[in-house]
Amino acid sequence: MHVEEKLTAETFPAEPERATLEGKNKFLGFWFFLGGETVLFASLFATFIALRDKTAGGPTSEELFQMPVVFVATMLLLTSSLTSVYAIHHMKNFDFKKMQLWFGITVLLGLAFLGLEIFEFYEYVHEGLKYSTSAFSSAFYTLVGLHGSHVAFGLSWILTLMIRNAKRGLNLYNAPKFYLASLYWHFIDVVWVFIFTVVYLMGMVG
Amino acid sequence: MKKWLHSWRLLSLFSVMALLLAGCGKPFLSTLQPAGEVADKQYSLMLLSTAIMVLVVIVVTIIFVYVVIRFRQRKGQENKIPKQVEGNHKLEITWTVIPIILLIILAVPTVKAAFDLADVKPMNKEKRDKDTLVVNVRANLYWWEFEYPDYGVITSQDLVVPTNERVYFNVKASDVKHSFWIPAVGGKIDANNDNKNQFWLEFDQKDAEKANGIFYGKCAELCGPSHALMDFKVKAVPREEFNQWIEKMKNAKPVVTDPVAKQGEAIFNKSCIGCHAVTPVDKRPEQARTAPNLGNFGDRERIAGVLEHNEENLKKWLKDPESVKPGNKMTGTYGQLTDEQIDALAKYLMSLKVE
Amino acid sequence: MSTAARKKSLIWDYLTTVDHKKIAILYLIAGGLFFLIGGLEALLMRIQLMKPNNDFLNGDLFNQVMTMHGTTMIFFAATPLLFALMNAVVPLQIGARDVAFPFLNALGFWLFFFGGVFLNCSWFLGGAPDAGWTSYASLSLESPGHGIDFYLLGLQISGFGTLISGINFLVTIVTMRAPGMTFMRMPMFTWTTFVASALILFAFPPLTVGLLLLMLDRLFGANFFDPALGGNTIIYEHLFWIFGHPEVYILVLPAFGIFSEVIATFSRKRLFGYSSMVFAVVLIGFLGFMVWAHHMFTVGLGPVANAIFAVATMTIAVPTGIKIFNWLFTMWGGNIRFTTPMLYAVSFIPSFVMGGVTGVMLASAPADYQYHDTYFVVAHFHYVIVGGVVFALLAGTHYWWPKMFGKMLNEALGKITFVLFFVGFHLTFFIQHFLGLMGMPRRVFTFLPNQGLDTGNLVSTIGAFFMTAGVIILLINVVISSISGKKAEADAWGVGRTLEWAVSSPAPEYNFAQIPLVRGLDAYWLEKMEGKKGLTPAEPLGDIHMPNPSVLPFVISLGLFVSAFGFLYHNDYSWGLPVAILGLVITFGSMFLRSIIDDYGFHIHKDEIIEAEKKGVKA
Repeated sequence: MHVEEKLTAETFPAEPERATLEGKNKFLGFWFFLGGETVLFASLFATFIALRDKTAGGPTSEELFQMPVVFVATMLLLTSSLTSVYAIHHMKNFDFKKMQLWFGITVLLGLAFLGLEIFEFYEYVHEGLKYSTSAFSSAFYTLVGLHGSHVAFGLSWILTLMIRNAKRGLNLYNAPKFYLASLYWHFIDVVWVFIFTVVYLMGMVG
Repeated sequence: MKKWLHSWRLLSLFSVMALLLAGCGKPFLSTLQPAGEVADKQYSLMLLSTAIMVLVVIVVTIIFVYVVIRFRQRKGQENKIPKQVEGNHKLEITWTVIPIILLIILAVPTVKAAFDLADVKPMNKEKRDKDTLVVNVRANLYWWEFEYPDYGVITSQDLVVPTNERVYFNVKASDVKHSFWIPAVGGKIDANNDNKNQFWLEFDQKDAEKANGIFYGKCAELCGPSHALMDFKVKAVPREEFNQWIEKMKNAKPVVTDPVAKQGEAIFNKSCIGCHAVTPVDKRPEQARTAPNLGNFGDRERIAGVLEHNEENLKKWLKDPESVKPGNKMTGTYGQLTDEQIDALAKYLMSLKVE
Repeated sequence: MSTAARKKSLIWDYLTTVDHKKIAILYLIAGGLFFLIGGLEALLMRIQLMKPNNDFLNGDLFNQVMTMHGTTMIFFAATPLLFALMNAVVPLQIGARDVAFPFLNALGFWLFFFGGVFLNCSWFLGGAPDAGWTSYASLSLESPGHGIDFYLLGLQISGFGTLISGINFLVTIVTMRAPGMTFMRMPMFTWTTFVASALILFAFPPLTVGLLLLMLDRLFGANFFDPALGGNTIIYEHLFWIFGHPEVYILVLPAFGIFSEVIATFSRKRLFGYSSMVFAVVLIGFLGFMVWAHHMFTVGLGPVANAIFAVATMTIAVPTGIKIFNWLFTMWGGNIRFTTPMLYAVSFIPSFVMGGVTGVMLASAPADYQYHDTYFVVAHFHYVIVGGVVFALLAGTHYWWPKMFGKMLNEALGKITFVLFFVGFHLTFFIQHFLGLMGMPRRVFTFLPNQGLDTGNLVSTIGAFFMTAGVIILLINVVISSISGKKAEADAWGVGRTLEWAVSSPAPEYNFAQIPLVRGLDAYWLEKMEGKKGLTPAEPLGDIHMPNPSVLPFVISLGLFVSAFGFLYHNDYSWGLPVAILGLVITFGSMFLRSIIDDYGFHIHKDEIIEAEKKGVKA
């Protein structure tokens, strides 16, 4: 199949993201990329674990963390992962409108998550946990902040795709792009699950 | 380990190698002329591994030379196409198994020695025997401080240790990473700025005599412009002599009689005393000890770790430390001194002796 | 669009190219340039160390030269030169028209290039980095000026490039193989490229993190490595070596691949024990991740960690040994022709065995307390990197030069280069083993007289001049070849075994007019043995789809280059932050453009291909 072909719901393949060689390459390449990203975050997690109680007299995680906010943020992000699954489901069914709708919801949830995270950082800074306060503070902001920047990048990626393709619908050229964006979004979600566990839950237990 | 070596068939190869290698380097510096228990252990591991490896190199070289000569293209064979061989399981298994066996032979003593050399239980503070000597080594840009915590004595640049017994070290750095290494006596350990490393060394009396009583120590971790010049010296003396030295150090105070030296003392007390102490007993915390203790400066082996120990060189150092040790922390801390002042200072410093 | 309509100026062509063969040439030129710079730095150091108490390069300047030598050689010479050969050869070897992501291929090159240029800008802007290629945290935090920042940002940029290239090769080798080219029929060089790319994928992210943390500490007030505020410098050492050790295999595995090709070709035999060779490569790649702490035996990790890592390290000797013997037995019974590439390949075997056995010696942790950070280690890794990787690069360059440029290099000059380089190499580095054992630490800018180190250092310096002479002759050879070199046939050496020798030299833009059908290992050799002229096609002749050239990879990389200057100076000048943002806007803006502009590529028509193939056959 060629990328430029015009397709209908009947001719649209079951796995549009891998129907062309280009799509297959992107699919595989992106999985490899996520493998590298995993190692990147693993290195940061290891660093954080080594430094998480090195507060140098500054605020500790038990004193700071506001679990309700974090919990809501977690729920938002988990839900957004689910909505992006719906979006891809509709993509595979060649239902462009519904896909756009669900991606739209995903973006809104992601934005809400990002807002909460910024609010959270703002609060912590005001309670005396500056970036340069201690090894713990540096490690915390770097790990969680890098995840946050991934969220921001993912959001702008999905938005760009939605706007760019708003008028022309699905084809085999953009289907892999949507698919990968959602894959990236899932990855961000999985990283957050680990952050929630390692940074917040373990931080509360001490 | 030694017994085990005797039964080893490569003994002859060993002795030849040992002879060859012993010709290398100076007895006060070379790892190939080990001068203590630790260096001995490491040397025998080095010999064992070298022997195995020489064996491997010889086998490979023989096959290699044979193949290259025997199967080179000869005139008239330009178009000959040799038989295409896929492989040979028996051969492939052979050259998998033999290396494994060789490695096991090396791995066992390696693991054993790793644990032996890390045995620092006797330095445990609560259970420490009163004769067990512990030295705190603190590495700084570009000088070494040696503290004898059980005696309250501090010296720098020249480490003094008793021979024929295990000496235990706490090693750390006060600024950047360094590494504490006395090649002839044993391997190095890093001086980190975030934790304290512990290990032990033993200095052999006979080997110390061969090296004229002085071993050379080096910094082995890149630490800045003068990394190459961050040398120290080790005086290894019999236990009794060591005890006497410690006693003298405990009670040492500068005794200045010479009038020129007295002048020097005055200058010192004005410009230098903020960083340098002149008595080996220095109660200040280590953060305050930002420069070498000069309590027994007159007895030192070297000026600034690298220059021969005489007044001439001392003056050179005081006049322009940067030209001797680039990047050192003393440059520019004491203003401009006249030649006369430097002469007086040198006289004074040279008079600081315990021996 | 026809080929004629796309004729542009040569410079614009190379700035925008996404053709793997042209990118290979870019890598070769840029990597070669950095190799010369790194070599010059090495020569300067050897001049300083020629005699005791020399004052040619003192203190910090020596440290800068030493740091830049190591950094340049590893990241900006060895890696890109290998990428040059991989780009030139791998797609041809697997019977593909291009790599999986031509655009990313170009991006990878430009990121590497700008990273290298950025790093070298430090020479003119207040001094180069001076904390060694490892840039250990405590020293690199202490280092004044911006040298270290140039190192951090430059490596970060080029690191992205390397990662991208790694992913590209992984995907290319998985999805782009011609019909019949199963994994176990892939040429060894392709196999090693595959494994090395996997190592890049998993080893570079820890480096990225290590450099990131160091940069945050130095430029943004973080405290990862400041013990006073709870930081810990050992973390940096771990992160660096989790990258650093696999990096050795990233370099040396493709080198093994090159030698496997060269030795089999010029022995006129198939590779002995092909499957065990593949197995050994994969095993080495895997074990490469399990041994990083052997670079940290003296850090004080304790006897348990040291013992475990010592034994783990030793195990790598087994697969490496398998490879050595397989090479020897490939030559056994062969008809060995000593061309220039073969000379490097043959002499590699004993040279590399030397480096390998000293590696096992170093693995013995208690003995390593003596070797560590001495000239013994310097000798060891130069035996591995020069005796392995540089020999391979020289072999590979001579071997595939006709395929890349369509002209042969002069064999007589090639052999002179070889002799000079080989003699110089052993002269320089063999004696350094003994210097280390005799008590000479590494990374020292000088040594004192009367410590028994004078003669050895002099010999070593003389050797360095031999190597320099060899490289100069090589450059002369390149110039002569480009002016009056003999035109290369498709099967330039007459004994080619793999697919790249079936297409004209240099290969046409589309590589294969028809994608070939692969019927076994050494596909081209098989066809030749059956008396056929060319390959068996797997598809009818038709239009060929090609990717469009693009200037965006260049612009994306340029944006990061600009941005890096901004970040570097953002604490010193008020223009820092705006410049940093401007650079990022350029980069992300270009990525945005790439995302929204549809790029379907173009087709080369069948008639044009028939025309070109005719011409290729005639010439």
